[in-house]
Amino acid sequence: MSDNDPVAAFRIEAGELLESVERALLDLTEDAGNRALIDEVFRGLHTLKGSGSMFGFDALAGFTHHCETAFDRVRKGQAAASRGLIDVVLSALDYMQSLLDAGSDADAALVAAGDGILAALASAVSDAPAAAAPTPAVAKGWQVRFRLPPEAMVTGSNPLGLLDELRDLGDCTVTCRFEDVPALADLDPTECHAVWEVTLAGDISREDIEDVFVFVIDDMELEITSLAPEPSAGVAETAAAPTEAPRAAARQTAPAQESVRVQAERLDELMNRVGELVIAQSRLELIAAAGTIDAMTLRAVSEDIQRLSAELRDTSMALRMMPVSNLFGRFRRLIHDLAHETGKTIELVTEGEATEVDKTVIERLADPMIHVIRNSCDHGLEPADERAPAGKPAAGRIVLSARQAGGEVLIAIQDDGRGINRARVRAKAEAQGLIAPGATIGDGELLQMIFAPGFSTAAAITNLSGRGVGMDVVKRSIEALRGTIEIESIEGTGTTITLHLPLTLAIIECMLVRVGEGRYAIPLSAVEECLELPAAEVAGTSRRNFLDVRGDLVPYLRLRDSFASDHPADLYQKVVIVGQGRGRVGLVVDQIIGNTQTVIKSLSRFHGGVGAFSGATILGDGNVALILDVAALIGGAQKAQRARSERPAETAGEAA
Amino acid sequence: MSDNTITLPDRMLTFGLGGEFFAIDAQCVREILEVPPITRVPGAPAFADGLVNVRGAIVPLADLAVVFGMALTAHAEDTRVIVIEAEIEGEPTTIGILADKVLDVATMDGVPIDAPPPVGMKWRPEFIRGIAHHAGRFIILPDLARIFTDCVDQIHRNGAALLPS
Amino acid sequence: MTASILTVDDSPSLRMAVRIALTGAGYTVTEAGDGAEGLAKASAQRFDLIITDLNMPRMDGLTMIRELRTKPTMAGVPIVFLTTESEDGLKAQAKAAGATGWLVKPFNSDQLVKIARKVLGR
Repeated sequence: MSDNDPVAAFRIEAGELLESVERALLDLTEDAGNRALIDEVFRGLHTLKGSGSMFGFDALAGFTHHCETAFDRVRKGQAAASRGLIDVVLSALDYMQSLLDAGSDADAALVAAGDGILAALASAVSDAPAAAAPTPAVAKGWQVRFRLPPEAMVTGSNPLGLLDELRDLGDCTVTCRFEDVPALADLDPTECHAVWEVTLAGDISREDIEDVFVFVIDDMELEITSLAPEPSAGVAETAAAPTEAPRAAARQTAPAQESVRVQAERLDELMNRVGELVIAQSRLELIAAAGTIDAMTLRAVSEDIQRLSAELRDTSMALRMMPVSNLFGRFRRLIHDLAHETGKTIELVTEGEATEVDKTVIERLADPMIHVIRNSCDHGLEPADERAPAGKPAAGRIVLSARQAGGEVLIAIQDDGRGINRARVRAKAEAQGLIAPGATIGDGELLQMIFAPGFSTAAAITNLSGRGVGMDVVKRSIEALRGTIEIESIEGTGTTITLHLPLTLAIIECMLVRVGEGRYAIPLSAVEECLELPAAEVAGTSRRNFLDVRGDLVPYLRLRDSFASDHPADLYQKVVIVGQGRGRVGLVVDQIIGNTQTVIKSLSRFHGGVGAFSGATILGDGNVALILDVAALIGGAQKAQRARSERPAETAGEAA
Repeated sequence: MSDNTITLPDRMLTFGLGGEFFAIDAQCVREILEVPPITRVPGAPAFADGLVNVRGAIVPLADLAVVFGMALTAHAEDTRVIVIEAEIEGEPTTIGILADKVLDVATMDGVPIDAPPPVGMKWRPEFIRGIAHHAGRFIILPDLARIFTDCVDQIHRNGAALLPS
Repeated sequence: MTASILTVDDSPSLRMAVRIALTGAGYTVTEAGDGAEGLAKASAQRFDLIITDLNMPRMDGLTMIRELRTKPTMAGVPIVFLTTESEDGLKAQAKAAGATGWLVKPFNSDQLVKIARKVLGR
């Protein structure tokens, strides 16, 4: 149990530290002079070094120490946080993760592998002048003028000691100015009024001088002026990132973590509920112990317990939900590396990072998404010289977005690349015998061919992807999560791949309705309003089922017919109008039972394909209610409408 | 002609359905329940159009009687749901199957087993691993994995069965 | 003559670590377990440097420093306090109370000796 194992706890913390340093480094690629980021990287390395040695990770501590020293030069302005340097430090982070994983098993070969990185690091920081950094270059000498506060000597500061320290830095000429020293009669010998002027020659940094005065710098007058002019700005570029530095794959977080990071307030809520439950339970005990059972009190306690268990259910479910920002964050590094490997400039935009998904789903999404992103970067995005004539900005754009819709989470990966070449897909599909040559096939179906095993239209099989094992595995991974995958693509403009994932552990508010003998749940978020079905429509068997709702024509579905219910119909039928986006449809039901909160359970493979339902839930009485897939119903109604309007006009018998 | 190439698992659960007897690997049986309220899934194929709640889990109900084309009998006092775990397309899935009566769990070691006759049988031979002779009965050994995979395939092929037209 | 240092801390292990590091560098070290004891010892004997923690029972470091600075014999004697990185506000307070400098925990013996040398000038 990692509860009592400090080494395991350190491993997790170190992993997180490596992640945050990586984030800061990636941010630095866009803002090389940002002091806060540089300090963050340095602090992270510093902490890793310190705690590493405390917990026995000697190789890690040793290696990190060198990295820290090298990066300290950036902090001091002696080296710039160039792209090349950042890349080396990123590979150093990967190496540190491998040292962390190896622990005490780090063998000689692994340790030696670090030397290459350190050499690259050393050359990256020594060649890089501080052209981009705001701190000034090393000057040939300084003029220092300082005055200590009068009480400095009383509180133990010794100006002579400070002068000695300055002398240790380099050749000094010291002059003392006595203008402000009071006359002997008024002089308090414990006070310091002298001002010193020191000329320092040598290869010294401003920081070294300021360090001398570290204890008094806040209270004193200190002027440090450079003697030599600043070197010209036309400095040589840093050495290019060493191509031998091993490029690690996007670093995975510690696999199969037994622990979960949980928002503290969710835990507090859980504790509150449990507290209330304990109270309710003791009330129940009293009732049971009493001679006669008071029905009213019993009912009150029962309602309380019902409410509490529902809330407990909600809260504990929520504990496992994590925002996708976690996942999206990992992809920053991936895209950074991909940009490097493909030689393209790639911009990553994320939306909806706060959208929450169950922890296991997030973990199992990583690999399929990595593959899709690689595809987009490798094959989708064109190289810069092709993008310009197409009127696209030089940087390729990948947009990762997540949102909840009804009982699903939609995660989309969009690129603004060349789109999927239909002709090539067609050719490949025919070659693989998936389509007969000359057969007509819808565009949607054609795109789905990409998911066939062994399918790949990449002209050259690159290192990244295109070995043809990809998209079918992606599809299967998503289906294993009971999800579906959609492709939209416009040639020349880009491709969007959308993953539809059921929120298997989601709780939704829904409206319960009865159709025939069965009860069904409609996600409340989709419900717009409820009406009674007008008498005229009740009897109607017209093929055009429309309701006039305050001037709008809303199509409706008789669910009794759709669900083939032979149970006698209720006299007064109700219509629940549901909407999603711009589509609306009215659902005619026998009875509206009421609102309730339920846990969504996904349907098994037997029923997952049934179009009208997105999941199922267990009601209070133990019965199962199917959850209506509003989007599918609306989509179906719209499609049917289009089909109907394309048909030749109906005969006159179909009066309006 | 006995075919001893079929190796049976140690313990088999025998049950009656539609006038016939079946036996399945007892290892994959999770539990046996009295029939809970069944929720019908409109649009699902007849052989698996029900759902039941088993202690909070939603379990699909597969009716082997439909698969084997038998006459459907109403649920009686002895009718049970046998909850099993089967592998479908490589994934473990929990499924309930209906049984008119659960008989026993026994070992069928050494019991003579015939391969299903290729013709003259009302059922698809590939759904049956063999027919055993035991305790005076013919007991059908269904190939559950095969049956369910076939069911799921059918469902996939038919696509969204239930949308308004 | 070797410089004499007083180390004031309620942690015996930390006092020991400080003593070992500083005697190794050639200093003489005396120990006190809290602010009151530190005040008593510093009043009875002159030290060249006092190194003190701030968080101690009976009398905390800040109080001890203030009391010490009221004594004319303490004029010019450097007092270094121990602090953690997060306690920035405390630095100003300690300086106002009369402290000379600080050392950030956790520190190693090299850093300790370096600070001692800095404030002592030897």
